[in-house]
Amino acid sequence: MSVTAKGFDEKARGEFARIGTTRIRRGELLRHPVYTRFLHWSVAIFFILSLLTGFAVYSPWLYRWLTPLFGGGALTRFLHPWFGLGFEVFFLLQFVNWFVPMAWTSADSKFVRRLKEYATNTDVVEPEDTGFFNGGQKLYFWVIAISAVLFLITGILMWFDHVFPRISVAISYVVHDVAGLVMLGGFIIHIYEGTAHQPGTFRSMIDGTVTDKWAWTHHPAWYRAVTGRDPRESYEREKRRQAERQDVIESFEREEDAGERPPQIRTPPKP
Amino acid sequence: MSNPRTFQIQEISAHPGPIPGQGTRREEAVCKYIDVTTCIGCKACEVACVEWNDHPFRETTFDDTYQTMPSTEWNYWNLIKFAEDEHDGNLMWLMRKDQCMHCEDPGCLRACPADGAIIKYENGIVDFQQDNCIGCGYCISGCPFDIPKFNLKTKKVYKCTLCSDRVGQGLEPACIKACPTGCLHFGTKSDMVQIAGLRAKQLREVSGFANAGVYDPASIKGTHVIYVLHDINNPERYGLPKDPVIPPSYTIWKWLAKPTGLVMAVLGIGAVFFHRIVYGPKLPQPAGPEIRTGPREEIEAGRKEQP
Repeated sequence: MSVTAKGFDEKARGEFARIGTTRIRRGELLRHPVYTRFLHWSVAIFFILSLLTGFAVYSPWLYRWLTPLFGGGALTRFLHPWFGLGFEVFFLLQFVNWFVPMAWTSADSKFVRRLKEYATNTDVVEPEDTGFFNGGQKLYFWVIAISAVLFLITGILMWFDHVFPRISVAISYVVHDVAGLVMLGGFIIHIYEGTAHQPGTFRSMIDGTVTDKWAWTHHPAWYRAVTGRDPRESYEREKRRQAERQDVIESFEREEDAGERPPQIRTPPKP
Repeated sequence: MSNPRTFQIQEISAHPGPIPGQGTRREEAVCKYIDVTTCIGCKACEVACVEWNDHPFRETTFDDTYQTMPSTEWNYWNLIKFAEDEHDGNLMWLMRKDQCMHCEDPGCLRACPADGAIIKYENGIVDFQQDNCIGCGYCISGCPFDIPKFNLKTKKVYKCTLCSDRVGQGLEPACIKACPTGCLHFGTKSDMVQIAGLRAKQLREVSGFANAGVYDPASIKGTHVIYVLHDINNPERYGLPKDPVIPPSYTIWKWLAKPTGLVMAVLGIGAVFFHRIVYGPKLPQPAGPEIRTGPREEIEAGRKEQP
């Protein structure tokens, strides 16, 4: 990583933070600053456009469904490389932005070994050494990084396929497809994990914040790093508090049901 | 390009579903037979091709041979290739009319991702439909003979049509009509193969060309343009590939792995959907308190999984 790239990244972060806003309320933590969010959605938009235009040409079964979205086959073919180039440019910026936290550690190797436990929701909270990104996120990031390089090389060969030799186009065709399919697989999992599977995650890319609860549940080591508190202790304390609150509510309810107390408007106790 | 209704269509590029009217009409396979041994390199066929297809004049390239230009172009579909060939101490001046071979298994059609941009008729003619062409150029890399050519202005690909517009009206292709020596023939595939076989036999037995034979490569299930060559064992001497092949990325990969990839994507979306249903969400912990005591528990216990 060159110094200029890092310097550019820091300058961009500062500039975006100055223009944009991220409101952090009580019980919340800053997860993604404005610049990161901007990059993520720029990459996402260009990726989705590339995916749709690419899949239009990829399969005869999708050709007639997807080409009308972009104004016909010829225009789809014309736009795809430009969408791809947009993806490449913004992903390069995001690569610079995320290169440091995406470094692979022993905790990530452990994540990959325990993938089955992760996927079957065995653990209530993640292992304590799970940092800002977990192994799955890092894996997806590096898959995109490798795919982006492959897309760029094979894409240029196919963009100017009337110039490059026949064999290079024929090989690129397969490599481009495989990279696209692998990325599509990761993309499906990425959207699922970020929305339906882990409620409370999507807001981190919209508002930029997550709740404390979310942080100690999914990224305990990061929680420890930013708050200085022990994630396990915070979790246990919150659990105790919740149980205490529940006890109070239930005792009120019992008294009410037994007629020992006149019915009243139930207001939850202040946290 | 011709009206696709002229002939019965046999194959359509990137076309899901049935081909309209396929197999309802019988059509003879047509064929152009070129006897290179009687070609005098007069280029009448080149001119006839340019005239009939109303192509604009284009610059020629002089490269110390009689050849008009190095290869066929988007608006120059018919080119006689001149080769000065030294073999066993003999110099031979080989002339071969180069154009689309109209393969029985066309690589261009296999490679094409645009529905209906390349069609093959029952009679064997492979025709580009520029209206449906998206200009991706995959056909260029799919062709074993380097025939389809890209037009940078229109962003479409063009090639010889075997004069499908003339053939549809019962006429022979323009190049055949122009040939003064009778080295070009046009008719049904079976007739042409027979005549070519006779000519090859004559060359072997009478003219002393022991290796003369018919070029109709089986690796692409034969072509609808066949040659009689004086040395069939080395078609490279004429600039023809011995065993032309379509890149496996357009045969094996495209027709096997592509649908597989698509099915995998659909299954992937289904998998995450049902994963959510079966395993539930990962909520920030501690999630809502679980039921321990009280009337609600009794209600839940009496429920026995019934709504």
